[in-house]
Amino acid sequence: MLHARPNERPNSFRTGPDENGRFGLFGGRFVAETLMPLILDLQKAYEAAKGDPAFQAEMASMLTHYVGRPSPLYFAERMTEHLREVAAASGLSGGAKIYFKRDELNHTGAHKVNNVLGQILLARRMGKKRIIAETGAGQHGVATATLCARYGLQCVVYMGAVDVERQKPNVFRMKMLGAEVVPVTSGSKTLKDAMNEALRDWVTNVAETFYCIGTVAGPHPYPAMVRDFQCVIGNETRAQMMEAEGRLPDSLVAAIGGGSNAIGLFHPFLDDPSVEIFGVEAAGHGLSSGLHAASLTGGRPGVLHGNRTYLLMDEDGQIQDAHSISAGLDYPGIGPEHAFLHDAGRVTYLSATDDEALAAFQLCAKLEGIIPALEPAHALAKVMELAPKKPRDHLMVMNLCGRGDKDIFTVAEHLGGM
Amino acid sequence: MSRLPTTFAANAAAGRASLVTFVTAGDPDPETSLAIVKALPGAGADVIELGMPFSDPMADGPAIQWSSMRALKAGMTLKGTLALVATFRKTDAQTPIVLMGYYNPIYVYGVARFLADAREAGVDGLIVVDLPPEEDDELCLPALAAGLNFIRLATPTTDDARLPAVLANTSGFVYYVSITGITGAATPDFSKVSAAVARIKRHTALPVAVGFGVKTPEHAAAVAQGADGVVVGSALVETIRTSLDGAGKATEGTVAAVTSLVRGLADAVKAVRK
Ligand SMILES: Cc1ncc(COP(=O)(O)O)c(C=O)c1O
Repeated sequence: MLHARPNERPNSFRTGPDENGRFGLFGGRFVAETLMPLILDLQKAYEAAKGDPAFQAEMASMLTHYVGRPSPLYFAERMTEHLREVAAASGLSGGAKIYFKRDELNHTGAHKVNNVLGQILLARRMGKKRIIAETGAGQHGVATATLCARYGLQCVVYMGAVDVERQKPNVFRMKMLGAEVVPVTSGSKTLKDAMNEALRDWVTNVAETFYCIGTVAGPHPYPAMVRDFQCVIGNETRAQMMEAEGRLPDSLVAAIGGGSNAIGLFHPFLDDPSVEIFGVEAAGHGLSSGLHAASLTGGRPGVLHGNRTYLLMDEDGQIQDAHSISAGLDYPGIGPEHAFLHDAGRVTYLSATDDEALAAFQLCAKLEGIIPALEPAHALAKVMELAPKKPRDHLMVMNLCGRGDKDIFTVAEHLGGM
Repeated sequence: MSRLPTTFAANAAAGRASLVTFVTAGDPDPETSLAIVKALPGAGADVIELGMPFSDPMADGPAIQWSSMRALKAGMTLKGTLALVATFRKTDAQTPIVLMGYYNPIYVYGVARFLADAREAGVDGLIVVDLPPEEDDELCLPALAAGLNFIRLATPTTDDARLPAVLANTSGFVYYVSITGITGAATPDFSKVSAAVARIKRHTALPVAVGFGVKTPEHAAAVAQGADGVVVGSALVETIRTSLDGAGKATEGTVAAVTSLVRGLADAVKAVRK
């Protein structure tokens, strides 16, 4: 054979992006000229930092002593038993052994801090004194405000006015930490509009400002850089599972907003063909309702916020509002690497509705004594579907990427006050 | 053949700068928008920049964001924008038209189909904010091959090392963004515009038009001193907005409000002899 067929399985799924920031068709650098020199600078600075042992040592030390890593890989025994009973009730003898990767135990309560730490240390290296960020659920905003406080940097967080309302505890937290929270009233007043506004700020305050993006989106190098910082999740999981079970997991499950917690767990396993991988998007009121945030299942390729990826949009290419009970999943796009992994068939993308996530949220609290964030509750909803169909020796890891303190009011409202 | 080189050359020969006016296609509604566009050349606009409305105009300030929203709400689409140009061309074969906007609607329309339809409608050039030279394969090179100009933005952050790359596939004119920022926000330091234009002209023979933050005839005159073209946008769409009735509908005064401002700008630009 002289020529590889285009749809042949590549040698590795882990080599992207190329020098232009592309993961196959997806990714790229679709930004205004004003920003282009800045993202080229950022790319250079990031590459230098990546190869600098001093930078890596500082990251490692802060991850241990400030963030609290490694996060445990926890055998969710009662959830496992419960889903085995569910299996038995429908005449099945199986039921996977379920592990939670406990990133909700990180300082600030979610995986977001893994990435923020990396970007803030990079901003310091670049001599930037002013940090801006967009946030949906507020977890990325809180993590950014936290590290800005820790390093004495100015912090401005853009947050859709709708999200300011539904994630009040996090707004208060950010303010306590000394950040300025700017409610965004343009467009749909949620995460995509917060990102537009952050980009407008960046284009205006180019010299002193570092834009700390909260997920694997934006122009190159952000999707690759944020992924690299989040890969600590998957790298730890690999070692911890080897220690606990003496082998790799059989499947991974994670929720997807922009896709950073998911890619962090998935990426170290992409080239292990025995590992099945599932990403879970938010199906809101249901895919057929049109009110959802499932860009891969319900969208098509387009260009927004600096990269090409799957987007929710109308026939004319106008971006549509996403809908999810979870503010962190309420984004009409998805990181470009997920778009690539979807088209390549390496990762299977499912979706969970608001109601399914709410049911999983409650079950997790009652069975495991863990109140999850609504985002990983979407992943758990699919674990509840997948696990009963797997054999008992199947090892399934779910990324419990955030805790639910921020969501208790939203959930209470939906459950009628409890 | 693009009408842009002829227009800029003729005005330069007459010793003056060109006035480039931006309005969003379909703002405040398709019919009024067509009337506005048709009235622009008579009021003194030399080049018409027509915004292709987009839901997420990341590089634009509130004035153009709202203008885009009004147009979309009134049902404007990319297809509708091209139809507006085609209708305009039935009565005006001379005034160059440049479409300005973001890549997604074009990408979704299909690049090849868009370029064919744009040419057919009588479009002369394109400005696509989120396509830097690094993404030239996407639309810039196909547009040049289709005989359309591709006008690039150069900004204060585009240093001398980067300018050649930015100018390499630029044609028609160069659009110098006088501030780091979004449209309609800051007012530039006009005393620095001439030097900035001169810097770009060391790298290209193309005309250089300057925009972002030019709002009044006084601003326009200041920019015309040093530039080959003056671009005004936010001020025009704000004039549209303030002319609307309580329900956001066009009034008798809408078209006249725009033409009156354009006339003032054109007079100011023409008064600067070069
Ligand atoms: C706990 C939690 N999980 C998931 C997400 C979604 O982001 P991503 O898909 O990048 O992990 C968020 C975003 O705010 C979050 O707070």
